[in-house]
Amino acid sequence: MSNGSSAAVAFERVSKAFGPKQVLRDVSFEVRKGEIICILGRSGTGKSVTLKLLIALLKPDQGKIWVDREEITPMKEVQLSRVRRKMGFLFQDAALFDSLTLYENLALPLQRLTIKSKDEIDATVDTVLQEVGLRTDKRKKPSELSGGMRKRAGLARALVLAPKILLADEPSSGLDRITASEIDDLFLRQRAADNTTILIVTHDVHGARKVGDRFAVFDKGDLVAFGTAAEVERSENETARRLISEG
Amino acid sequence: MTNPIELVGKVNLFGFRTVVDAARKPFEVNQILRQITEIGTKSLLLVIASGFALGMVLTLHTRGTLVTFGAAALIPTVQSLGFFVEIGPLVAALLVAGRVGSGIGAVLANMRATEQIDGIESLSIDSFKFLVVPRVIACVVSMPLLTLFMDFAGLLGGFISEHASSGISFSLFLSRAFMDLDWSNFIAPTAKTTVFGFIIGTVSSYFGYTTNDGAQGVGRAATNSVVVSSLLIILVDVILVKCIFFLFPESAL
Repeated sequence: MSNGSSAAVAFERVSKAFGPKQVLRDVSFEVRKGEIICILGRSGTGKSVTLKLLIALLKPDQGKIWVDREEITPMKEVQLSRVRRKMGFLFQDAALFDSLTLYENLALPLQRLTIKSKDEIDATVDTVLQEVGLRTDKRKKPSELSGGMRKRAGLARALVLAPKILLADEPSSGLDRITASEIDDLFLRQRAADNTTILIVTHDVHGARKVGDRFAVFDKGDLVAFGTAAEVERSENETARRLISEG
Repeated sequence: MTNPIELVGKVNLFGFRTVVDAARKPFEVNQILRQITEIGTKSLLLVIASGFALGMVLTLHTRGTLVTFGAAALIPTVQSLGFFVEIGPLVAALLVAGRVGSGIGAVLANMRATEQIDGIESLSIDSFKFLVVPRVIACVVSMPLLTLFMDFAGLLGGFISEHASSGISFSLFLSRAFMDLDWSNFIAPTAKTTVFGFIIGTVSSYFGYTTNDGAQGVGRAATNSVVVSSLLIILVDVILVKCIFFLFPESAL
């Protein structure tokens, strides 16, 4: 494995534990620019932790993590803040701010982190909301949105700063197949439009096979398979073979 | 809850970080105004109603004794001194700790449980500065104002009660109420409520912001916020009263 200097994202022998529970063990992989990686595995095997380590919401106990050719592991909060601007994060339950309207949720990072005028912010928010089909709902609060709408709103917020890397934590959980498919289409459109690198944690193997270029399969904290669907299907690990063939 | 000494240390560090971050840009003016409005909306009616009722009760209790000693004319003075010096600041702080403190603890804990705080961090926004600092500043600013409402509501309640008993006029009640009230009886006790506000904001934010127990943590954060804030307010009040006596000896009754 290289030192991660050319990859969009790279993990090198990363381990993470919460108390006595080892969540990730010696995990290494690289993601190329513009690639869509789907992270599969049973619940509690470290998939979401992988995303949170990437955006530095958690620190690894061991190992190195690179994001866009920068090693983030030793960085202080000020430097991390700069690196996080390259990333967007779609949380499992969208994590929209309850007290703000949809428009305010999207405008907040633009107001805080860019020098755009009010008109430019309005235009950007409208464009992103149009992309996810929520332009007419921008005055609504998150509590007024359905599950699928909240997911799309969360995706819109993750995309509003035009990130180079998009991280999505179970974007299809709790959604019907049609709505989940619409979200998958949004990922594909985003990659086609901006060559965005996308990492998706999912249990929806059908959707994963539709959007994913390569797959990372976790089992009990270990990365047991990493490759294309065909490669994972030929993996020596039974869990990986079973998971990828479910779709 | 962690052991008390560890907790005191952690809350102190949390408060210190709040002070340091409050002096750093950006100053979050919109968030501060939003929080002041929220605290005011939540507490104003409660504080006024409580002050009014307490004022009436205080007059009813003191009247009998003062009349026995032929000192009925001192009722307004007792009322104003009681409220401006101690009852107003302390009771207003305890009410705000119950009403606002629990709210801050629960809201921040819920934001933690639903990953909203992680969401803010993921957007490269300093969640501590964005969520905690404005709440603490809002509590510090709001407390003296709410205390004034409590003081004057108490005086009004006292007047109505006394007017019903003796028929005293409003102007005479007011002139007697402020006759023996010195600036030091008013400024220092009202100013000390900024410390109470800091305690409420810091302690409540600490329990809400640092919880890590999901939905269960929300209720626990709300309860701990009220219990610890109220206890600290009463303890710190003793120290502050001693400090006020030391700095303004003339304010000792």
